[in-house]
Amino acid sequence: MSMEVEINFSLNGIATQAHVPPTMTTLAMLREKFDLTGGKLACGEGECGACTVLIDDRTINACLMFAVDCDGREMQTIEGLASASGLAVMQQAFVDHGAIQCGYCMPGMIMQAKYLVEQNSGQQALTRDDIARGLEGNVCRCSGYTKVVDAVAAVVLEENQTGERAS
Amino acid sequence: MNIESYNAPDSIAEAAQLLQGGNATVVAGGTDLTPQTESGVRQFAATLVNIQRIDEMRGIGVMNGRIRIGGLTTVTDILESKLLADEAPVLVDAADRFASSQIRNASSLAGNLCNASPAGDMCIPLLVLDAEVELACWDGESISTRKVSLERFFTGPGKSVMVAGELMTAIEFPRCANRFVAAFLKSGPRPALEISTVSMGLSCSLTDGVISNVRVAIGAVAPTPLRAKRTEAALEGKVLNEATIQLAVETAGEEVSPIDDVRASAWYRKHLTGVYIRRLLNHVNGS
Ligand SMILES: Cc1cc2nc3c(=O)[nH]c(=O)nc-3n(C[C@@H](O)[C@@H](O)[C@H](O)COP(=O)(O)OP(=O)(O)OC[C@H]3O[C@@H](n4cnc5c(N)ncnc54)[C@H](O)[C@@H]3O)c2cc1C
Ligand code: FES
Ligand code: FES
Repeated sequence: MSMEVEINFSLNGIATQAHVPPTMTTLAMLREKFDLTGGKLACGEGECGACTVLIDDRTINACLMFAVDCDGREMQTIEGLASASGLAVMQQAFVDHGAIQCGYCMPGMIMQAKYLVEQNSGQQALTRDDIARGLEGNVCRCSGYTKVVDAVAAVVLEENQTGERAS
Repeated sequence: MNIESYNAPDSIAEAAQLLQGGNATVVAGGTDLTPQTESGVRQFAATLVNIQRIDEMRGIGVMNGRIRIGGLTTVTDILESKLLADEAPVLVDAADRFASSQIRNASSLAGNLCNASPAGDMCIPLLVLDAEVELACWDGESISTRKVSLERFFTGPGKSVMVAGELMTAIEFPRCANRFVAAFLKSGPRPALEISTVSMGLSCSLTDGVISNVRVAIGAVAPTPLRAKRTEAALEGKVLNEATIQLAVETAGEEVSPIDDVRASAWYRKHLTGVYIRRLLNHVNGS
């Protein structure tokens, strides 16, 4: 099976081209073709969220999505969050609250947390329960989740006080 | 696995032509397909048809007095739909108990039905809403469509009346009359990311204490999502009191044929069936 398909998409804001076998997953493409190894292969079945990325402003499990399906779409990965001026607000909050232990789950967890807060923007502030539910597709074996929820709650609070999108 | 061609058509007509002949695999969100092909329980056909670019298969609206949902509409779209929150909250409730945020973002409604799992969560509310599915294929010159009642769609675990070459383009159901009550329950140790141990939906009208137009659907207790016709008959036209509820509990327990598996024993599933029908009928009484 040597067939490859040409795809063109936006990867962290950069117009990108790739040639991929039609059954390659998006996660395999990111890790093997682009050396973007933030997203992890853990369960490979959609259960753990370690591979979470944003596609056209929705999070998905990159281990389940075919790479060919990225054609024409916009993708953001954890590697696209930080800028020259430093870490993104959500990343910094995770650091400040000691939420990161071994870190394996964290690229996916942070992408999902950022999505959750942005989706809720302009609506009633997320409670701790809302945050826990929003992150139920992300498994962490180390943190016990409390500090993860602390970090996201702090971003929610900050956003509410400044009235701006902070994530 | 010998894939000879990959296609991403942007219209139903083009997709139907590609599927002609049948030696093709339809790819939507991939949330069922990827685990099945990666684990080897299923092989890809020679032609892959990725239907995600077919915009005419997305969206939720009203057509000819019926609610129409495009086959590619995601579970997230259902969860966020104002129209469905007003007109079919039972479907929105089931969407809320579906997997995780990431899986809901990728999962298409048609994919959930076509996968034909006895535990498919969208099947249960759609059965009580008396839904029909629209199937399209290429007849040599143009698209030909047929509509199948969801009740007759499933034929076994992973099996349906859909034939090779067909595409599920839309799902439709009638708008609900006044006094119509519908509710959904799903069991599993966690609120979501859980394959149903038992799920149940019920819809009916309640007038002066009398229950009518009853529809009951139960998931994960039979080879297909089950329309519980005997339970419905036991309830139809009765005064909804304790004796009626007890009769429904007993009938439902006899009507299901669950299996033992890693998630639960057959005994427990039967027991839960009784608990759920009681809970749903109490909910109807209280509403
Ligand atoms: C971690 C995890 C948790 C889950 N939790 C739940 C849950 O709580 N409840 C639940 O019900 N399900 C659950 N699922 C399964 C659910 O994600 C799928 O059933 C989903 O809805 C399938 O849609 P898809 O677009 O991803 O389909 P795909 O995987 O792309 O396709 C599924 C099947 O349908 C065929 N197909 C797809 N669309 C069409 C069409 N329009 N016409 C003809 N054939 C078509 C495909 O060829 C394939 O055989 C879960 C899955 C995972 C991985
Ligand atoms: S690796 Fe993708 S969800 Fe676990
Ligand atoms: S920090 Fe180790 S798995 Fe989450």
